[in-house]
Amino acid sequence: MQQVNKWPSGLVNKPLRYCPGCGHGIVHRIVGECLEELGIRERTVGIAPVGCSVFADEYFNCDMIQGPHGRGPAIATGIKRSKPECIVFSYQGDGDLASIGMAETVHSAARSENITVIFINNAIYGMTGGQMAPTTLIGQQASTCPRGRTVQANGYPIRVCELLAQLEGARYLERTSTHTAAHVIKAKKAIRQAFQNQIDGKGFSLVEVLSICPTNWGLTPLQSLKFVTEKMMPMYPLGVFRTPDAAAGAATEGGAA
Amino acid sequence: MPEIKVDEKLCKGCELCTTACPKQCIAMSDQFSVTGYYPAKLAKQDCCTGCGLCAQICPDLAITVFK
Amino acid sequence: MGEKILMKGNEALAEGAIRAGCRFFSGYPITPQNEVPEYMSWRLPDEGGTFIQAESEVAAINMIYGAAATGIRAMTSSSSPGISLKQEGISYCAGADLPFFYANVVRGGPGLGNIAAAQGDYNQSVRGGGHGDYRVIVMAPNSVDEMGNFPKLCFELAEKYRMPAMVLADGILGQMMEPIEFKFERVDPAKLPAKDWALGNSAGRAKRVVKSYDLREGELEKINLRRMAAYRKIEQDEVRFEAKNCEGADLVVVAYGTSSRIAAGAIKLARDKGLKVGLFRPITLWPFPKKQLAGLAGKAKKLLVVEMSMGQFVDDVRLAVNGAIAVDLYARPAGIPSAEEVMAEIEKACQGIKAAPAATAAAPKQRGRPKGSKNKKTKAKRTVRKRAARKQAKRGRKGGRR
Ligand SMILES: Cc1ncc(C[n+]2csc(CCOP(=O)(O)OP(=O)(O)O)c2C)c(N)n1
Ligand code: SF4
Ligand code: SF4
Ligand code: SF4
Repeated sequence: MQQVNKWPSGLVNKPLRYCPGCGHGIVHRIVGECLEELGIRERTVGIAPVGCSVFADEYFNCDMIQGPHGRGPAIATGIKRSKPECIVFSYQGDGDLASIGMAETVHSAARSENITVIFINNAIYGMTGGQMAPTTLIGQQASTCPRGRTVQANGYPIRVCELLAQLEGARYLERTSTHTAAHVIKAKKAIRQAFQNQIDGKGFSLVEVLSICPTNWGLTPLQSLKFVTEKMMPMYPLGVFRTPDAAAGAATEGGAA
Repeated sequence: MPEIKVDEKLCKGCELCTTACPKQCIAMSDQFSVTGYYPAKLAKQDCCTGCGLCAQICPDLAITVFK
Repeated sequence: MGEKILMKGNEALAEGAIRAGCRFFSGYPITPQNEVPEYMSWRLPDEGGTFIQAESEVAAINMIYGAAATGIRAMTSSSSPGISLKQEGISYCAGADLPFFYANVVRGGPGLGNIAAAQGDYNQSVRGGGHGDYRVIVMAPNSVDEMGNFPKLCFELAEKYRMPAMVLADGILGQMMEPIEFKFERVDPAKLPAKDWALGNSAGRAKRVVKSYDLREGELEKINLRRMAAYRKIEQDEVRFEAKNCEGADLVVVAYGTSSRIAAGAIKLARDKGLKVGLFRPITLWPFPKKQLAGLAGKAKKLLVVEMSMGQFVDDVRLAVNGAIAVDLYARPAGIPSAEEVMAEIEKACQGIKAAPAATAAAPKQRGRPKGSKNKKTKAKRTVRKRAARKQAKRGRKGGRR
């Protein structure tokens, strides 16, 4: 009998401290495997955000830097331009990337910095205890919109991939999910592609990953999987929004009926 | 025969793997683990095909698949 | 090295940084420091370096955070409001022990203020500036020559102690033209020693982490205590100052940067009149030349602080002398004093010395009693300030650049 899977060398071999079911762990494993499979671990520098994944600096088995809330793409810019031979990735949550750090996200994409951005969309602020995120859905409850998000009071959620797809410099944009094993496999393909693009010098790549936060959604992990398909995917359709070769793609799964 | 091993020190009992197994081979243990969760376990004999899907969705890298 | 060239202060600063091995600059336009990024934008690529006009000061400082973490000599510059925006990032650099160099070409404040020279960012600079317990090395040039030569010192100190180092200048120093001589050999960045903390190629070594947080019980304090010990050492070893005619002086004027230039002119006028006046100029504002100032107490009879702020710098002078000598203040918050005005203040201060016996002059009664002080001098100062404000208003608003 042969062992089918193993702990990737791109992840430090120690238990992750995320909540049971948390999507961060799945994406950590994927990134760790990509670093190993692409043979880039020893020349990769990762950026840990402010958010639940602040501890990413402990987990990824490569040089890491933890920076101010939302500024990952600016930090990545500084590293990549100083050390172009390095592979640089920024790992960010939705509050980090689409709220406080929106300017850095948009402008690093506009400059087409040759970096890889991993964007965890869990529609909530995890670390600070479940406040409304820029991606929180209309009607979704959060600790700062306890009666549910309303358009009147809170405006609309932001679709990051669609927004960035307007930019010439955003070379690769894909939205994926982690709510089934098949989707996890697709998410890995996308993340691997986003790293490959950087290796090939293709410019700014971002992969958005729909991810569950059972703790702050107030759901069990299994209920959370359902929330992704029933609530998140209609708002955040999966698909490739831009590739280096074709300007814009279209959603392939999900989307408002 | 293919099988999975669940590392009880890593498993947090989230049950995601149970949704991933096409053959429903996985069930939750009724015994607390050292870390205080009910861990997942291979519940049926001669069930696992070694497809690896459970390991794909496990957020805690708790599952090792043998084939 | 050796040759003298005529340069603008801001350009000297940029050229000095490049000659000191700076190969990364990111910044955002703001008057009166625009010549720095403008100069860097053509000069750095020629040297194989990187210039980025960032989308904001916040992005600029975070690019520096990333660049500095790779061990490259990185620099940013801005002026007051922009430096405020950079403070979070500066605090992270301090907390992650990253060396880098930055310059604040100070303008009038608070808020949008104006674009004239000012010294209102003194406290922000010498007290760290951002959140948390930390310091940055602060050098205060008072000539174009120093604008060009200080960046190298800043990079060296920053790397020696693994912390940020800055130049605190102002619009006058940034804009004026003077001859400058770069008094050092050009630094070849490739020949700088490798940094055993820098991120990049991790082949054959353990992974490295640059971070400013530590959530483990008691660990953050340990780190801060280590940093505190380093700060104490810097206060011992790295103080720089200039003392001119202080031996035998009755009155010593204490000023830094542009106000020290103006004071020097006033002192010349005063000495021509036979007054025994010296100049003490801190060159490093942090570490502050505390001991050296305290040393004046037994010798001079009074100190006169001249600053282009409300009385920020004077606090450090008073802390240094600890009541052992009277300290007068001439404050021009967002105003630029003339040598004649300062001369008048010197004469006034000297009269006070003659009137009072040395013992009383040394008593810490000074000024600044909040209430009930019907101090004539305070009144006099107010009129001077009012006059100055009127003058400023007459001069009108210059230029529309904000
Ligand atoms: C400048 C600043 N503002 C606010 C915070 C507090 N804060 C920490 S994490 C966080 C939100 C993180 O949410 P998200 O990016 O969605 O990541 P998640 O925790 O959900 O993974 C906030 C607001 C901070 N650390 N710094
Ligand atoms: S709070 Fe949410 S995002 Fe944070 S670790 Fe827990 S499940 Fe994950
Ligand atoms: S390897 Fe496949 S068949 Fe075996 S338990 Fe896991 S999911 Fe089920
Ligand atoms: S998915 Fe992993 S952590 Fe969750 S129950 Fe299954 S084995 Fe345990």
